Amino acid sequence: MESSKPIVEVRNLYKSYRRGNQVLPVLNDISLDIDEGEFLALMGPSGSGKTTLLNLIAGIDRADSGTVKIGGVDITALSETELAGWRAMNVGFIFQFYNLIPVLTAFGNVELPLLLTGLSKNERKTHVEMCLSVVNLADRMDHYPGQLSGGQQQRVAIARAIVTDPAILVADEPTGDLDRVSAEEILTLMERLVHELGKTIIMVTHDPRAAQKAHIIMHLDKGELNHENHAHPQADF
Amino acid sequence: MKIMHILKLIFKNAFRHKLRTFLTILGVTIAILAFGLLRTVISAWYAGVEASSASRLVTRNAVSLIFPLPLSYKEKIRQVEGVKRVSYGTWFGGVYIDEKNFFANYAVEPKVYLEMYPEIVIPGGQMAAFLRDRKAAVAGRKLVERFRWKIGDVVILKGTIFPGEWDFVIRGIYKGRDQTVDESAFFFHWDYLNEALKKAGRTWAGQVGWYMIEVTDPYIAADVSLRIDKMFKNSIAETLTETEKAFQLGFISMSQAIVVAIQLVSFVIVFIIMAVVANTMAMTARERIGEYAIFKTLGFKAVHISGLILGESLIITMTGASLGIVLTFPAAKIFSKELSQFFPIFNVEQETIIIDIIAALVVACVAAVFPAWRAVNIRIADGLRRIG
Repeated sequence: MESSKPIVEVRNLYKSYRRGNQVLPVLNDISLDIDEGEFLALMGPSGSGKTTLLNLIAGIDRADSGTVKIGGVDITALSETELAGWRAMNVGFIFQFYNLIPVLTAFGNVELPLLLTGLSKNERKTHVEMCLSVVNLADRMDHYPGQLSGGQQQRVAIARAIVTDPAILVADEPTGDLDRVSAEEILTLMERLVHELGKTIIMVTHDPRAAQKAHIIMHLDKGELNHENHAHPQADF
Repeated sequence: MKIMHILKLIFKNAFRHKLRTFLTILGVTIAILAFGLLRTVISAWYAGVEASSASRLVTRNAVSLIFPLPLSYKEKIRQVEGVKRVSYGTWFGGVYIDEKNFFANYAVEPKVYLEMYPEIVIPGGQMAAFLRDRKAAVAGRKLVERFRWKIGDVVILKGTIFPGEWDFVIRGIYKGRDQTVDESAFFFHWDYLNEALKKAGRTWAGQVGWYMIEVTDPYIAADVSLRIDKMFKNSIAETLTETEKAFQLGFISMSQAIVVAIQLVSFVIVFIIMAVVANTMAMTARERIGEYAIFKTLGFKAVHISGLILGESLIITMTGASLGIVLTFPAAKIFSKELSQFFPIFNVEQETIIIDIIAALVVACVAAVFPAWRAVNIRIADGLRRIG
């Protein structure tokens, strides 16, 4: 993989949770860079802070100290309102349980982030249809989440994640709720997003076989990034 | 934000739990219906006050309304500066067949008294017939319909204040100029009553219950009142003169406790329905806290999340309120028919509808406050953990 400038720069990140009077440290002086167009897998045991780190990079949680720069923007310095606007334009989210809105069709779910933009109805339609085509669900755009399989729902979620053309996609256990075949389809799709659309993906996973699809695997344990591995992008699932 | 998309989403959200939403709407409908009817009862209580004219004064015995005034006062009052015309009446208190058939019946000086009430409309021919016959009576349209009387019928009232059986001939049927006019009263000639009392040698002979006075200008009503009462100071029957409105309010003040109780109950109903809608909205927001976290993740702001919750609360509450308001009219009609002897005027006023709408809006907004606050303030990471 050719090295380019880091799109994600994390410096000296600390995060702890409070349970009653007890302070539980989760991330302890984390620093890392992720280059543009990378596919990074974050692994580690439960409670190691993988999702917390992902949330901090995606701007949906606040660190105790340290900085997170995405594309040169220090998101730790943004207000909640600024952060919401920044997320809408710069990050796409893929969750383990798809997190689609059940009363909206596949089209409606994918269109949701575009409602915050100034695009016209026709422009939104074009974008949504294109993204649903990318995930091979153009023929299911009028279906509600309840009428789709788990794999299809996750593909809708991916279409929603890319519809605003964000530079970064964050995926929290994207294959955790899927059977093996569907998981393979989703991972292949994510690879395509990296290779064909140049997206940067940060994926949290427990599954070593899913992690093998990434360019880089990082292990997080007891709040520390203790080692870094380069994966084999072409490894079989 | 694209308003149509958001409205569509709010509408879909509102009917996600159809049974719960239906029951909440039903609750709001019943509450608004009850609230509207109770407010109408209060309005009906004040109907006489509302129908009062600013240019009419009532002079009664200063001790109490149950004590009469001499007929001789009429000429003296007429000479008071600012008085346009004077008439008089007496509460007869007659009963038709049975006491449960209550209606107001008055012995009045027929011509001038009814002329002073332009809101009481009697066809010309019937008025002439009424004036010609000493035993004649005019009855309101609702009263006539209630007892199926018609012109020419002989109606016998049993006297309660003035004992005996009193027969009258219906010579006229009046209608109200508008819906604020009581169409269930019964008027007959004061002379007919007075002659019978004279013959029987009763103390009320030559006495009247009250004087009805029309002033030349409503702005001098207070001065005219003072002049009249001053004139009869230290006489055998001192007077108390007040505007027709104050006179009517005097009656209502006797039952003020009931009016206050009804008002309290009507507001308790609003609080109850507020609790019902708030409970529905709290349950809804708790179930969807993960979804709100997703919206926030996607970049939706506090104003959008609050709008979704408030919109849902408004749809549920205003649907119920609309149904309640629509149903208030036929319900009031039934009430009006069944309780006509107690509330001769029972109309749903525009003000009642406005209060209904305001109450519903307040309920919707208050019910949405806590769920919206919770949804806006929950950390996204915590909200997302609720899913799965």
